[in-house]
Amino acid sequence: MSSPEQWTHPEPGVGPAATAATPTAEQVIAGLRATSEGGPELVQLLTPEGERVPDSRWDPYVADITAEDLRGLYRDMVLTRRVDREANALQRQGQLGIWVPLLGQEAAQVGAGRALKPQDMVFPSYREHGVAWCRDVHPTELLGIFRGTDHGSWDPLAKRFHLYTIVIGNQVLNAAGYAMGQRFEGKVGDDDGEATMVFFGDGATSQGDVHEGFVWASVYDAPLVFFCQNNQWAISEPTERQSRLPLYQRARGYGFPGVRVDGNDVLASLAVSRWALDECRHGNGPVLIEAFTYRMDAHTTTDDPTRYRLADELEAWKLKDPIERVRVNLVRHENADHAFFDEVQAEADQLAAELREFCVNMPDPPKERMFAHVYEDGNPVLAAQRDAYLAYASGFEGGGH
Amino acid sequence: MATPVMNQAADQAAASTRTVTLGKSLNLGLRAAMEADPKVIVMGEDVGKLGGVFRITDGLQKDFGEQRVLDTPLAESGIIGTAVGLAIRGFRPVCEIQFDGFIFPAFDQIVSQVAKLHYRSQGRVTLPMVIRVPFGGGIGAVEHHSESPESYFAHTAGLKVVSCSNAVDAYWMIQQAIRCDDPVLFFEPKRRYYEKGELDVGATPDPLFSSRVLRTGTAATLVSYGPSVKTCLESAAAAAEEGTELEVIDLRALSPMDLTPVFESVRKTGHLVVVSEAPEEASLASEIAARVQQECFYSLEAPVLRVTGFDTPYPPSKLEEDFLPDLDRVLDAVDRSLGW
Repeated sequence: MSSPEQWTHPEPGVGPAATAATPTAEQVIAGLRATSEGGPELVQLLTPEGERVPDSRWDPYVADITAEDLRGLYRDMVLTRRVDREANALQRQGQLGIWVPLLGQEAAQVGAGRALKPQDMVFPSYREHGVAWCRDVHPTELLGIFRGTDHGSWDPLAKRFHLYTIVIGNQVLNAAGYAMGQRFEGKVGDDDGEATMVFFGDGATSQGDVHEGFVWASVYDAPLVFFCQNNQWAISEPTERQSRLPLYQRARGYGFPGVRVDGNDVLASLAVSRWALDECRHGNGPVLIEAFTYRMDAHTTTDDPTRYRLADELEAWKLKDPIERVRVNLVRHENADHAFFDEVQAEADQLAAELREFCVNMPDPPKERMFAHVYEDGNPVLAAQRDAYLAYASGFEGGGH
Repeated sequence: MATPVMNQAADQAAASTRTVTLGKSLNLGLRAAMEADPKVIVMGEDVGKLGGVFRITDGLQKDFGEQRVLDTPLAESGIIGTAVGLAIRGFRPVCEIQFDGFIFPAFDQIVSQVAKLHYRSQGRVTLPMVIRVPFGGGIGAVEHHSESPESYFAHTAGLKVVSCSNAVDAYWMIQQAIRCDDPVLFFEPKRRYYEKGELDVGATPDPLFSSRVLRTGTAATLVSYGPSVKTCLESAAAAAEEGTELEVIDLRALSPMDLTPVFESVRKTGHLVVVSEAPEEASLASEIAARVQQECFYSLEAPVLRVTGFDTPYPPSKLEEDFLPDLDRVLDAVDRSLGW
């Protein structure tokens, strides 16, 4: 890693930024635009047309990626999207109370997720279905949250993938603390070191907890990768409502590196994430990644984007689809044939069918679950309340009330 | 043979007994907890080099190092939010919130994450952390330094809340809170930090979540916790001089509350006065009143009375003697109850 001074002192190099103390109107406009346009500092290894762009800085981090690996990344993204679309449909059919679509963010998440090593820890927000997939959290394990049967059914310690966090930005501080612990335990410093990655969105960057997370991680040199998916929209509010400055440039103010990566480019996301995690596991954290992407669907199934954004914006981003560019690249270089694409599609349909089957057969939670695990060491007052309610409720059993 | 054995025991007790202030007792308790478990870490603003603004953590950083006693950045949500991550990692953080009125930036993390993570994870993740809060008034401070916010936390499922009232309890309760596998809000009566007690570190303490009868009496029952326990004991002493024997109960645990001794006492006396510095509305005093009328309805000879702070923001300190329950207000309530 370059010296911290490089990130702390010099002015930004190329790229638009309203960084002056008293910016001109033009600088302000340039800064605003930089929050919603990729800009010249965007790391991209695979163009929307599927062209592989050589990049001396980032190529080494994906030099080992074979055609088979690229097919694997393609498969991850297709399966993730298929799960997402199926869950969205399940909500429309009344099987889920709500769904949080990730459509369009598959490359950012799969690139980051596949950069993680088994020993790393992950703190997701609530849209990280693609990262969950990479951490072997089965899509069926996500459903309880959205069907209302539990608040998260996987083991966050075993999977090294924390529960989804819904309060915006809370998890950033939790991740900073976890990463501090990794450092306190001496688990950083070599290739086998540990790192933590935390996911949050452009809207979250306005939260105090995210600011405090930046401060804590930097002053304790925590091995933490801040992975900000800038999907352009915080429900109805554009990124311009959160920042005048491109988000990745905020890192400079905290004294650590920030990189903006094309979040629709799975290779670039993988390369930048690998670099960032390596920096952290070697003791050079933290690092901020801004994955520049687009939320192609609504915020959740309760949202109506037609009230606040134009359809042509979506059409423009469809041309930058994260999956399509990999498909084109694989075909152009004859690294995948029809049979491969058919197989992946069949696998995706099978996974969707499993998800649907699982979902519609999920039992309602027993009443006892309401009272379970509120405390580790128990609470006699709550126990009495539970016993009284369960006794009361049992009076209705079989009575046809 | 009996005499020498007794002497030996008395000698041992004398050797392990010392006079300490409540603040020093907390310091000794923290030290003992850190010695017993290397995963115990202390974190907060000014807790390291300075030893805390009340010196409760004095000397700990010097002896345990900067990775176990952390002078944190100045942001309360950050203290609690990172402590959550450290606890997930396997540490047992003891966080200091410098003053009661500064806990609110951390309220989100406490209510949204600290209180709920064990529940959300179906018991897979425990958060054995302690949040120490010097609380209450009576020290002539500026605003935000004298508040009693304990009801917010007792109201929140998933948290446990305790408050010590004396030097001896402080030593044991802080260690018990640190050993507890649930998150514990630990309210320290800051105006009693310099009250002294005879601490025998070889003694066996009561369980953490238990209340205690400090003085027996038959005329009426006083229930309190934290700083106003001493007020109640002084009130009972004054009443005794006039021939009225009051029973005084130190609640100690605010959530969950151990009200069995309170019920037993009220069944005996028929009169209950609850004393607390916190404002009255929707307070712990109200909760106690509700539960006592539910359990002891036919034993009560008068309504449960509450002597509390008023339903105002904490006043300028020149008015705090009027705000805080004192001996006269307590005895006035006792008189009203007995004369009902």
